[in-house]
Amino acid sequence: MATPPLHLAVALDGAGWHPAAWRADDARPHELFSARYWVDLVAEAERGVVDFVTIDDSLALQSLRRGVPDDRVDKVRGRLDAVLVASRVAPTTSRIGLVPVATTTHTEPFHISKSIATLDYVSEGRAGVQVRVSSSAVETAQFGRRDPNEAVPVDDLFDEAADFVEVIRRLWDSWEDDAEIRDKATGRFVDRDKLHYIDFEGRFFAVRGPSITPRPPQGQPLVSALAHVTAPYRLAARGADVVYITPHDLDELHRIHSELRSHEIEVGRTGEPLRVFVDLVVFLDERPGEAAARKARLDELDEHVFRSDALVFTGTPSELAAHLEAWHVEGIAGFRLRPGAQPHDVSAISRLLVPVLQARGSFRHRYEERTLRARLGLGRPANRYATGVAR
Amino acid sequence: MTRPAKQIHLAAHFPGVNNTTVWSDPAAGSHIEFSSFVRLAQTAERAKFDFFFLAEGLRLREQRGKVHDLDVVGRPDTFTVLAALAAVTEHLGLAGTINSTFNEPFEVARQFASLDHLSGGRAAWNVVTSWDAFTGENFRRGGFLPQSERYERAREFLQTARELWDSWDDDEIVADPVAGTFLRRPRPGRFEHHGAQFDIAGQFNVPRSPQGHPVIFQAGDSDEGREFAAATADAIFSRHGTLDDGQAFYTDVKRRLARYGRSPDELKILPAATFILGDTEDEAAERAVLVRRQQVSGPTAILFLEHVWNRDLSQLDPDGPLPDFDPDPTAPSIIRGRANVAKDPFQTAKEYRELAAAKNLSIRELMIEITARPSFVGTPAQIAEQIDTYVQVDAADGFILVPHVTPGGLDEFADKVVPLLQERGHYRDEYTGSTLRHNLGLPPARSASRYAVGGLGAARSGTEG
Repeated sequence: MATPPLHLAVALDGAGWHPAAWRADDARPHELFSARYWVDLVAEAERGVVDFVTIDDSLALQSLRRGVPDDRVDKVRGRLDAVLVASRVAPTTSRIGLVPVATTTHTEPFHISKSIATLDYVSEGRAGVQVRVSSSAVETAQFGRRDPNEAVPVDDLFDEAADFVEVIRRLWDSWEDDAEIRDKATGRFVDRDKLHYIDFEGRFFAVRGPSITPRPPQGQPLVSALAHVTAPYRLAARGADVVYITPHDLDELHRIHSELRSHEIEVGRTGEPLRVFVDLVVFLDERPGEAAARKARLDELDEHVFRSDALVFTGTPSELAAHLEAWHVEGIAGFRLRPGAQPHDVSAISRLLVPVLQARGSFRHRYEERTLRARLGLGRPANRYATGVAR
Repeated sequence: MTRPAKQIHLAAHFPGVNNTTVWSDPAAGSHIEFSSFVRLAQTAERAKFDFFFLAEGLRLREQRGKVHDLDVVGRPDTFTVLAALAAVTEHLGLAGTINSTFNEPFEVARQFASLDHLSGGRAAWNVVTSWDAFTGENFRRGGFLPQSERYERAREFLQTARELWDSWDDDEIVADPVAGTFLRRPRPGRFEHHGAQFDIAGQFNVPRSPQGHPVIFQAGDSDEGREFAAATADAIFSRHGTLDDGQAFYTDVKRRLARYGRSPDELKILPAATFILGDTEDEAAERAVLVRRQQVSGPTAILFLEHVWNRDLSQLDPDGPLPDFDPDPTAPSIIRGRANVAKDPFQTAKEYRELAAAKNLSIRELMIEITARPSFVGTPAQIAEQIDTYVQVDAADGFILVPHVTPGGLDEFADKVVPLLQERGHYRDEYTGSTLRHNLGLPPARSASRYAVGGLGAARSGTEG
């Protein structure tokens, strides 16, 4: 049997994932809030024919102290709305998938559903979303919909996120593909029998529907989530197409993978299994030792040795290619690479790593499929509300 | 009176989900594919328009308990389309309607600040309110807002958003990699708002955008709406009527500005208007008749009549006479998702009958006549003349043009009318500024505190008086 294809994603965030990345020689710290910067980054990733980029986001200002503001002036602070960044970039790219982070905790599923559907129209079938749960009292106090003094159990936040995903998916299906008929004889623009109330009622909210936005090109844009523990694993098993995991060695990789598969069974998942992506923070340079030295310089500027929830890799393109091949075990779709520094490590992925993988026959040379779902081997799903009966 | 001629402002309204938009025209394209938005926005930019305007709807309209199916149905998310249009235009302002009832200030302030960054200072927000429980069924909060509080919430929403935009100074980001200083001072974006509608505090997480605040639009003809606009808006999206009506509205609104320490130039009055062009006056008039018949089909005429009668009239012949029975205002409203038109249905029915009798009109002919939107109809020279006149005699500062066909409905205007306005010297040949605020001739954004002091208190006394 041929080796299954390797999938690669790039996770973009600010100036990169190292806290001192903005001080790197080739960083663009004055442009972090400009369209040009994001357009260039995604164009560079598309040059490397990677499957998709994610764009990180949060409703709170960055802080080194968990859930509390810090007083640092030496770190990047501030970020743009990730959905809008993705949309701004969409017309300037043609094939790469665009997966912004959206928070499920305080926001309206109706709004997020139509914004991701619209991103799918704007990008002609390349949209996805990474759902994020917020347990931060800071975000609660800023949003104002809930009492920040009232702690919501974490399991509830993930149950709410699962409901959120269910609602956005139902809204995407609330228009059948052929609902727009433009029938001049009867004067009807739509066949209203093909528009559906979703009538969702859960513990946290109720949404009636239908969406104001017709079913997007992919039918169901890609839903993804980052997961480290049981609650998010279950969320991913219940509602996501793609999950990002953070094992630090192969044993852990196997353990998380089998845990995910048992969650899939437990929640009664049907259809396509989760596509599992392993997250890695990467510092990548051509010459041996160069990437480690570059990371060490950034560590020195930061006065901390950089660690992450994901494994941190420093090395050459061949070393990283070997690592990816070794970890590309059965059941793992691929990897999401978090550039240690942007744009440096995005370019290194596209211009150094990808050619090595291509030379080894491990990675595509060009984009074949037009939509993001198709690239991941996910078909265009049937509409849950369509009866299939000719009317 | 001598004063320099005013410069005309023009904008394009993406055709909406109402019967003004003719989807049955052979040239009518998609209302949802991005290419239609690109085409219309790029035409507007070619014509040096100030901005492109996108409306919003949060629940599909219903009539007789079913989704209204005779007009265009379905539209994209406003913010997402505007952000994408920033990629295919350079100067055009990007204006969107965003509801202050089914959103929260932190999120909307973030989205507009992001759009302003991503477009290099071209964002504009048409602040609207809504209260109906029908729309609320799509949202977490539901139909929670008493109708009487909707302006209060809108005012406080906008005020809170302004406080968030002001929470970062222009020079907050130093980004000096050698010194290791990213921020000029710790804890940027601090805000605290404790009001009747919103009680929030924390740090805003988008640095100050090129315009500071997006350009603020307000629609609404009511006294309360006018006062809200005078206190807080940069532009009014008004209804276009006769020259006299326009002048009266213009005078009234501009007069209110002084109360808030603002000069008349700080609020632009931009009525929405449709247009029908022809090579001759007769040809334009003929086209206008044809378009009106497309806009008001038989079934559409019956639906309009139902708005007044509040009864199921689907069995009536639209080419026949008005019903001989009376409206039923006591029944539950048959129309949901937009404002009901008739305040006194018996009086309205009486007027309809008198007009129909006097002119011998069928239901459809009557509806074509009475639902007509104010429109410029004529040759390019006539329309250029009319638009210029409205602006020069202070019935408007410009117009938001509503083409009736997507996406090519603006082409003829751009090709034939705009050059005539330019020849008159009353319309720009090229964009002069990089931000929408600049192109509209507006001053830089004022700080939130200036609106807070003058705005809310005075507006309250104005509406109570």
